[in-house]
Amino acid sequence: MSKAVSALQGASFEGFAKVEETGLRGMITLRGDLASAEMAAAVKAATGADMPALRKVVTGDKGAVAWMSPDELLVVVDYATVNNTVAVLTEALSGVHALVANVSDARAVYRVSGEHSPDVLAKLAPVDFGKDAFGAGDIRRSRFAQVPAAVWGNADGSFEVICFRSVAQYVFDLLKVSAEKGGEVGFH
Amino acid sequence: MSTRLSTGGRLLNRSKQVKFTFNGKQMTGYAGDTLASALLANDQMLMGRSFKYHRPRGVVASGAEEPNALVNLGQGGKFEPNQRATTTELFDGLSATSQNHWPSLEMDIGVVNNYAARFLPAGFYYKTFMAPAAAWKHVFEPIVRQSAGLGKAPKDRDADRYEHFYAFFDVVVVGGGIAGLQAAKAAADSGAKVLLMEQTAHWGGRAAVDGGTVDGRDVADYIDATVAALEAMDNVTLRNRMMGAGVYDHGYVLGYERLTDHAPLTDGPRHRLWRIRAKQIVTATGAIERPLSFAGNDIPGVMLASALRDYVVNFGVSSGDRTVVVTNNDDAYRTAIALKKAGLDVPAVIDARPLGGGKLMDEAKALGIRVEIGKGIAKVQGGKRVVGVAICTQEGEGAALEEISCDAVAMSGGWSPVVHLWSHCGGKLIWDETQAHFRPDADRAPTSHDGKPFVATAGSASGPLGLAEILENAHAAGVAAAAATGFDGGAAEAPKGETTAEAAMQAVWLMPQGAGPKLRMKAWLDYQNDVKVSDVRLAAQEGYESVEHTKRYTTLGMATDQGKLSNINGLAVLSDALNQPIPATGTTTFRPPYTPISMGAIAGEARDEVFQPIRRTTIHDWHEANEAFFEPVGHWRRPYCFPRKGETHADAVTREIRQTRDSVGLLDASTLGKIIVKGPDAGKFLDMLYTNMMSTLKPGKCRYGLMCNENGFLIDDGVVARIDEDTYLCHTTTGGAERIHGWMEDWLQCEWWDMKVFTANVTEQYAQIAVVGPNARKVIEKLGGDMDVSKEGLAFMEWKDGKIGEFDARAYRISFSGELSYEIAVPASQGRAFWDALLEAGKEFNIMPYGTEALHVMRAEKGFIMIGDETDGTVIPQDLNMQWAISKKKEDFLGKRAQTRDHMASEDRWKLAGFETVDGSVIPDGAYIVGTGTNANNQRNVQGRVTSTYYSPTLDRGIAMGLIHGGMKRLGDVVEFNKVDGTTVQAKVVDPVFYDKDGEKQNV
Amino acid sequence: MLTLQCPYCGVHAEETELHAEGEAHLKRFGPGSADEDFEGYLFMRENPKGVHFERWRHSNGCGKFFLAARCTMTLQVFGTYSAQTLEPPQDIKDKITATYPGWSWREFS
Repeated sequence: MSKAVSALQGASFEGFAKVEETGLRGMITLRGDLASAEMAAAVKAATGADMPALRKVVTGDKGAVAWMSPDELLVVVDYATVNNTVAVLTEALSGVHALVANVSDARAVYRVSGEHSPDVLAKLAPVDFGKDAFGAGDIRRSRFAQVPAAVWGNADGSFEVICFRSVAQYVFDLLKVSAEKGGEVGFH
Repeated sequence: MSTRLSTGGRLLNRSKQVKFTFNGKQMTGYAGDTLASALLANDQMLMGRSFKYHRPRGVVASGAEEPNALVNLGQGGKFEPNQRATTTELFDGLSATSQNHWPSLEMDIGVVNNYAARFLPAGFYYKTFMAPAAAWKHVFEPIVRQSAGLGKAPKDRDADRYEHFYAFFDVVVVGGGIAGLQAAKAAADSGAKVLLMEQTAHWGGRAAVDGGTVDGRDVADYIDATVAALEAMDNVTLRNRMMGAGVYDHGYVLGYERLTDHAPLTDGPRHRLWRIRAKQIVTATGAIERPLSFAGNDIPGVMLASALRDYVVNFGVSSGDRTVVVTNNDDAYRTAIALKKAGLDVPAVIDARPLGGGKLMDEAKALGIRVEIGKGIAKVQGGKRVVGVAICTQEGEGAALEEISCDAVAMSGGWSPVVHLWSHCGGKLIWDETQAHFRPDADRAPTSHDGKPFVATAGSASGPLGLAEILENAHAAGVAAAAATGFDGGAAEAPKGETTAEAAMQAVWLMPQGAGPKLRMKAWLDYQNDVKVSDVRLAAQEGYESVEHTKRYTTLGMATDQGKLSNINGLAVLSDALNQPIPATGTTTFRPPYTPISMGAIAGEARDEVFQPIRRTTIHDWHEANEAFFEPVGHWRRPYCFPRKGETHADAVTREIRQTRDSVGLLDASTLGKIIVKGPDAGKFLDMLYTNMMSTLKPGKCRYGLMCNENGFLIDDGVVARIDEDTYLCHTTTGGAERIHGWMEDWLQCEWWDMKVFTANVTEQYAQIAVVGPNARKVIEKLGGDMDVSKEGLAFMEWKDGKIGEFDARAYRISFSGELSYEIAVPASQGRAFWDALLEAGKEFNIMPYGTEALHVMRAEKGFIMIGDETDGTVIPQDLNMQWAISKKKEDFLGKRAQTRDHMASEDRWKLAGFETVDGSVIPDGAYIVGTGTNANNQRNVQGRVTSTYYSPTLDRGIAMGLIHGGMKRLGDVVEFNKVDGTTVQAKVVDPVFYDKDGEKQNV
Repeated sequence: MLTLQCPYCGVHAEETELHAEGEAHLKRFGPGSADEDFEGYLFMRENPKGVHFERWRHSNGCGKFFLAARCTMTLQVFGTYSAQTLEPPQDIKDKITATYPGWSWREFS
């Protein structure tokens, strides 16, 4: 896999907040009955995490798992181990009606960090990023300007934005223009 | 003359001089000035010309309601027309020019319109441009084009940038005057998350100018203390230079923040459009003073009484040496008093009320000011500047009793609350007889998603009130708004305001009351659009009874100020002419934005590289580096062809096709949609979605399928691969991936929710490359790996997983060109590396990429249909002779029922055939096959149309597919396609498969 | 610009996150159905000034289709509910009745 490259190969920008492409990330779309014991066991086996509640992300020792819809999760692991995780999930869910799809290469991931990073996000998405409304462990699927994207809050106060790989440049440019110095909002 | 006074000016920083230019003339002002106050300080009362008559116009107001003082601001990429001088903060280097005149502000040729005014009445355009038709093109249009438009359109690209910002609050208070401050304080004290916005740079509104006390202290102290208290609260956001532009459904508010208009050299966006969701909105938008309608009320120097007061108190500017005040209420006496105290001459206050005013009148008299009660202004004397007024009895017809020389007139016709934001989303108004204005009817507020009111007014926006009532009203509004969002208690008592009590005002809609036609023709209602009392009366006389019609007929209340000064006066005149009470006439509709906002703010960040998302494949960079000519396909950019030095696009396409047909070519097919459909019912589900049978497909095999909507019309096509017993991978068209995925989810979620099927759109997980041509297999074999791609190892319409070279690959043996062809998917992150490896391996075969045009031509040579070419949303598979792809065994599939409707089964439908021109030329795109005779509209009858037409390099002639009445039954007929030049081209109806009819080449 | 709460992910989504998907509670008529039934299914739509039932999709969100009952005139939203439903839930019908006593829409009232 030495030839695998992420969409923007680690591009970054420092304005009043920092924007970095995080590089390749293992991501698996997992669809099935989220209430089932098999699903909980599969998630546990793959990530070490418990089943996330509505619009939450839970981190385990092997990866994280995010609630995407009532029958869909996003499993996030290291890119290097994603095939193994797919195998673990597929095995754990054999005989159960579920779908496991590796979507690692279909995405780009950005970390937005810095004290005022919510202000960067709030220029692009119709989402309340107020402290009491959105924080570490929360995930929100929405749109960033003209494309769909999802964002979650990390424990260190930074945010991660995922979008489709084909619009990686567009989303990076959006985050960049929104984080430019002089554009401070001082709201969040 | 107007000038700067030696003292005064609470908003000025006299230690900081600011240089600016007006019409190229160097002028100076102070930090804190507006452009209007600075111009007045430089004795520049004449600030523009009116739109229709080009009459000289001076500033009338001191705020957002200004109709006259509109200027072009800035130059080049910073140029912007129609900027109000009254709301433009002065900065060093500001350059402004006046509008609507030629050649100069002082000497304007367009003013002839003024002398022709009596030939330019209301509805002039409608009446004049009716006939003859030729006159429009040669006479009227050139004249109208020359003179139309307010200001000049910018010519250069906007040099600034803009952005949006989404924010959420419990309570949003619009307006930072004392009412807004108090409402925000009350709501914030209750615990609500509050935003308070103010359109100017200053808090407190006009309270500090008008005076009074709050809890025994000067009102200015109250303002400072309240702002400080709000600033200290975590749950409060204060934003000045931010206008509440509009209130929309479900608590949506637009806040227009002007970040650098006052300091254009600052980094960062110029405007920020706040897209706010508020649970409750309090509009504390204040009130606007109304002009009085008397002859000559538009002559420069006639101003609103409050504006004259503002210029003196806020900016230390006198608008004239001798000011006559004319009023129907007590408030204007404050202006007389303020001017007198500033050492200026006030020859008289003309009070139209027969009994005059109250305590304020007494105070004015005590200062030695002459007061004439029951009087009005017969006419104002002067041209480019007021030189005097003739006074008369208000109840008479305008016979002059006396002439008073003066160089300014301060007029006040009473105050109207700013009800715009209240009304934007449906708040209703009631007529208040005692104040002679429309004010919000609190019982009929705009309602939100829960059916409950979400907008309230505070302070004088509720109806002009004294300081005491303003604070009380605003406090209650703040408390109520917080309570409605679940925050109860915490707010202290409302502070007590005190100010001089006022006597009742009296409505005056025309001055003098009995003014005849001659005076009415000079009594302006709408300064910006040159609408006079006589125009509105004419409209009424001509049958325009609805206020909305009168507005459009006369242009009253149109353009940039939207009638902020003129509306009520106009309505009153119309009502009078119609002999009906004002409430029966009603108001025109208030629409956002409150004052014009920049196009840049609306566009936000969407310009330059982020104007629109461009979707790129992982091989896009290679395409760009190799000078691909791109075409948009949805948001994707796909190479149309790869022209080499000296080649036309047509040359390049021909080369790419020949290379592919003769040896091997590469296509970046990554954009094709790829959707996984999985579950025990996946086969059953796909049988419903596709017209053909997918459940019988064996794992390891591929099948081409068609999808129709419930109308029976084709919506997409593609190859389906069965991965395992309960997993399929469906390919869609490039533009169809998201749409078809949504279509699948729609049926699964909303109709067949008992089916056990999951889908996932994995389009972008893979880079997919088609290796096409007789040498395709050799190229792939050269890369090595463990995949057997031989004729037997991977037969036509089979797929296989394995290693090609060192790449994890899935190869599909499918062909859209008729050649030996492999479509190979690898993980997207390795797409570029795989592309490079194929190019390297194919070198000995002269491998080269081909673009979408070569793809199109090659598929047309094979007679393969293309969704969007052969289909247009009205074509069913049967039209394309694709009965072979429609299962007869299935009881049901989407579109099946519709395809049995009479019209769908009719023999008269146009059906697919191939066409070859007799002379070998290429049929023009979009050509119709002409028939005989004409239709009811005298148009030539047609019997078909071309759907795909190309030059085929393989056959060296024009080939086409098209739909024709009779379809393949017409084989051998020679028909005529029309051409743009009016002639036709003959073509023979042929089999649409032009190349390799038996399909031998793809099956080697 | 209206907001609807997605009954699946709980988000109070503004219109730019949503996609309107036409009328709710249509009954599909397939092969063998009478012409009038098929015509009704394919073409006949309600266009009321008042209470209406619609399909929406939280397209820039959790991707789920859901149903909404709202007033087309006042934009009051009486409720959003699961797409896997053959008729509006009673509590939503009650809410509509509270605002519009005696309302009816197709076979519902």
